[in-house]
Amino acid sequence: MAVTAAGLSQRLVNWARARSPWITVFNSGACNACDIEIIACLMPRFDVERFGILVKGSPRHADILIVTGHVTLKQASRLRRVWEQMPEPKYVIAMGACGASGGVFHGLYHMMDSVDKVIPIDVYVAGCPPRPDEIINAVVTCLNLLREDALHGGREWRKKAVPVTRTEEKTCGVIP
Amino acid sequence: MPEVVVSIGPHHPALKEPVNFKIIADGEKIVRLELDLSYNHRGVEKAAEQRDFIRVLPLLERVCGICSHSHSTAFAQGIEEIMQIEIPPRARYIRTIIAELERMHSHLLWLGVAAHLIGFNTLFMWTWRDREAVQDTVEEMSGNRVHYNMNEIGGVRCDLTPAQVNAALARLPNLEERVNKYVDMVNYEETMLLRFRGVGRLSKEEALRYGTVGPTARASGIDYDTRKDDPYLAYADAPWNVVTDTNGDVYGRTRVRVWEIQESLRIVRYCLENLPEGAIRVPAPKNAPKGEILSRYEAPRGELAHFIRTNGTDRVERVDIRTPTLANWTSVAMCLVNQNLADIPVIVAAIDPCLSCTSRITLVENQTKKAGVISFDELIRRYRSRNPEEV
Repeated sequence: MAVTAAGLSQRLVNWARARSPWITVFNSGACNACDIEIIACLMPRFDVERFGILVKGSPRHADILIVTGHVTLKQASRLRRVWEQMPEPKYVIAMGACGASGGVFHGLYHMMDSVDKVIPIDVYVAGCPPRPDEIINAVVTCLNLLREDALHGGREWRKKAVPVTRTEEKTCGVIP
Repeated sequence: MPEVVVSIGPHHPALKEPVNFKIIADGEKIVRLELDLSYNHRGVEKAAEQRDFIRVLPLLERVCGICSHSHSTAFAQGIEEIMQIEIPPRARYIRTIIAELERMHSHLLWLGVAAHLIGFNTLFMWTWRDREAVQDTVEEMSGNRVHYNMNEIGGVRCDLTPAQVNAALARLPNLEERVNKYVDMVNYEETMLLRFRGVGRLSKEEALRYGTVGPTARASGIDYDTRKDDPYLAYADAPWNVVTDTNGDVYGRTRVRVWEIQESLRIVRYCLENLPEGAIRVPAPKNAPKGEILSRYEAPRGELAHFIRTNGTDRVERVDIRTPTLANWTSVAMCLVNQNLADIPVIVAAIDPCLSCTSRITLVENQTKKAGVISFDELIRRYRSRNPEEV
């Protein structure tokens, strides 16, 4: 198949996007532990810039949103607004036990309990808080997802898919 | 010139935590500051009333990710005092080691963030690299980098092996060398002197009037440290001094924190070298007798107080957490007046604010729109009058 000009530029954009993802961090009411581990990722020891990952302040510049912590009622509408400001294609990583289910704060009166009640989540990271290596792994998993979606022309293909088994999950994690 | 309201937050590149500042500025000068702190409110105090003592310690650690050991130690100390049990000396020393390692990592973290806020990113990278040595030590001892979960009612959860003690001691000389370098940098580095000197000045009288605690108070010349004034854990045994400074500005607070890292290193070295033998915990009863206690603890940011009221069951009737950041916020609002807009980040950061500890909720009367404070007994009375069947 001949490569059209539009196809070529789209492929170039996809290639560039996966080589240098920009990240924004949103603290939706966390206890700071996840936040300091994210900052530790930027530091000489873990150094995420070797993957081209940059942390940006504005959601309008970001490809990946990392949500730290459970969502308090007051932050829910703010989180939704920040997510809506991000350009497509956008990916969301929910950090820690709190991001997945509310953690120790599950069921309290000022809690939304999990991030996916507010915005759709692509990757969950386990831990309280996750180690910096696990955060880097989550971002790299997210990049693989991004490449996968680019091959399928958007994220729609994932919505139709039947729930994947554990072995299938492993194989689609390593697509270059 | 007309006054302008500059609104910062809750999501802002300069902020790491959700908070909303409304800064009323006249040109470049700040006239007034209004704050909204309640974005992080989770209701930890209410949750603590619903869990027994074993499950409440991990919850209280997650009040704050940076001073997690402080909260659980303050609570465990209070409950142990109500139960009238004495923890073994080895447990006291292990708690002290973790507490001082936590202070070191918190102050190194703060120094890096303060340097980042004035655009001195080299120091930011250096301090965070050295902080990893502290994090490694804590991880070896407790199994986790941030929430250590070392405390139990009656002692500590895990013992230190000789190998762990030796590994920790082996990391100290390098760390001491680096901290000495930071002391030199804080005193002589031109970049820091220019941005820190004379910024956010707080005199001794003002510091007393606004009720500041911790390094903020000590930088204004107030010799007040709970570890010395009301010794707990192993602080009475270890050789160390309270650090004070007379500058009272951001420069003074930086000097106090850097010297406190040195003092913490001395305490950690002493405790590791003189670790007593013996058990690490004593069995604690399930229920605590009826009583009230105010447990004080010197967290990295200042004096932390837990007010605990028990009622003879395995749960607390009320725990009230008064965090150092809450005590220091008033002084920030006062420091900012007449300063430049560009100095806001560094003045706010100078008290080392921790908003997840501090978030409070305000009661607003529905009809009158009046906000205010009510006592705990009044709250209970109102609740019971509305839910008579649940008493």
